[in-house]
Amino acid sequence: MGVIDSNEIRALTSAPAPGDARKSGVHIRFDGLSKAYAARQVLNDVNLDIDAGEFVAIVGRSGCGKSTLLRLLAGLEQPGAGGITLNGQALQQTRDELRLMFQDARLLPWRTVVDNVALGLPGSRADVRRAALAALADVGLADRADEWPSRLSGGQRQRVALARALVHRPRLLLLDEPLGALDALTRIEMHQLIERLWLAQGFTALLVTHDVAEAVALADRVLLIEDGSIALDLRVPLARPRERGSAAFAALEDDVLRRVLQHPPLEDQVAAPSAVSFGQWRWAA
Amino acid sequence: MASTISSPSPRWLGQITPWLVPVAILASWQAVAQLGWLSTRILPAPSAVLSAAWTLAASGELLTHLKASFARAAIGFAIGGGIGFFFGLINGGYRLAENLFDTTLQMVRNVPHLALIPLVILWFGIGEEGKLFLVALGVFFPIYLNTFHGIRAVDASLVEMGRSYGLSGWSLFRHVILPGALPGILVGVRYALGFMWLTLIVAETISATSGIGYMAMNAREFLQTDIVVVAILLYAVLGKLADVAARLLERGLLRWNPAYAPA
Repeated sequence: MGVIDSNEIRALTSAPAPGDARKSGVHIRFDGLSKAYAARQVLNDVNLDIDAGEFVAIVGRSGCGKSTLLRLLAGLEQPGAGGITLNGQALQQTRDELRLMFQDARLLPWRTVVDNVALGLPGSRADVRRAALAALADVGLADRADEWPSRLSGGQRQRVALARALVHRPRLLLLDEPLGALDALTRIEMHQLIERLWLAQGFTALLVTHDVAEAVALADRVLLIEDGSIALDLRVPLARPRERGSAAFAALEDDVLRRVLQHPPLEDQVAAPSAVSFGQWRWAA
Repeated sequence: MASTISSPSPRWLGQITPWLVPVAILASWQAVAQLGWLSTRILPAPSAVLSAAWTLAASGELLTHLKASFARAAIGFAIGGGIGFFFGLINGGYRLAENLFDTTLQMVRNVPHLALIPLVILWFGIGEEGKLFLVALGVFFPIYLNTFHGIRAVDASLVEMGRSYGLSGWSLFRHVILPGALPGILVGVRYALGFMWLTLIVAETISATSGIGYMAMNAREFLQTDIVVVAILLYAVLGKLADVAARLLERGLLRWNPAYAPA
């Protein structure tokens, strides 16, 4: 598709430290965070600091609590104990500073691509459209702006979802396995796209994934969650852009994967309740 | 995705095929009547029906009756549909409203609304109100039920997305809930249009001084079978027009949905 020019990425990454851009990121602190569903403890006293502008990947087996961490951060669920602060402020006051990308694109099928990106943007019609078109251009889909989402491929839909998240200039981007359903090639394209936009905009990024290679390719820091607490906190010292074929990359990926596999699978445990129970989505209740 | 099993046929053929059977029926009907195998008191020839329709139209009588029927249908639909839509929205959106109203409405739904005719005549006499009441009652339930289920069928993950993007209250309703419920609501509209004509036919044959049903009953008194047939055909045409209108509405409002996109 030629959406992402690798020279462009190099130019961005080799540019002097993006110190200015990093200011826009937000510092996150988890303070004794716990969450339980019925009798099952999903998160158990999580204490964690994430620096402003840092790219953190959270890996772990399914059901380990990594998605719950993200949903708590997004304010979609409430913690049982402990709290989260963004730049020292309680989460409730900072909702506009973070945006969430879901596992599926969740585009509104009755709005055109550009109107989906513009969802919830304040301002005049013309300004909103201009901002949305610019965000679409960033993900290489400006020419599809006036089509229905049903005409796009899965990868394109996720790119629209990315544009929709980033048009708000969030200081924190949460990514909940957004690339899980994409094919391998589209995924690598998306990695480059996300990395480029992250470097350009300087937001803090938190990526939940089950793909260790993806974590190592994108993150400054890889966290492993097991039994509701952080079992591994590993810095990724590789320079960007990262070469997937390199020995250092492979060694690191192997380390993390071995560590993940040490732990027995969670298949026998009860799955977390489905994300949205029926009563929760009432629009005006 | 709408799709059929057979391979596509030429466009003109696709447009003609649906009309082959009706034309054949009309032709044989005309032949049977002309040969005298069928008494005109049982069924007049299509040509006789056509000329009766022409006479009625020329005298302006047809237009008067059409206007009266159409006005009843439209007003009754607006009242019953509006109330049904309102209850569908609040019962679909609020658990409290559902608990409060839904059981009652479901009980009332089980009463065939045409069974109320004797009562309606006692309440409203034989004036316009009774007819409007019956039509409104007839369209209420299809609109109510389908709006209710349309709201409930809105994809919860889209609602969650909308909330996390800062939508709430009216903006969430306008951008996510209502468009998501619209396919269901429009199904209700199509059903309701069918009920609307059905109710009107019955209501107008009971007691009226204008309208297509009155025209038919009047003609029966004088054994004018051709006019009776004209009235029946008029109902069919009006029903078809209502269906076409509903289809156009769907195409316009659901353009985004590949299942409704114009071929």
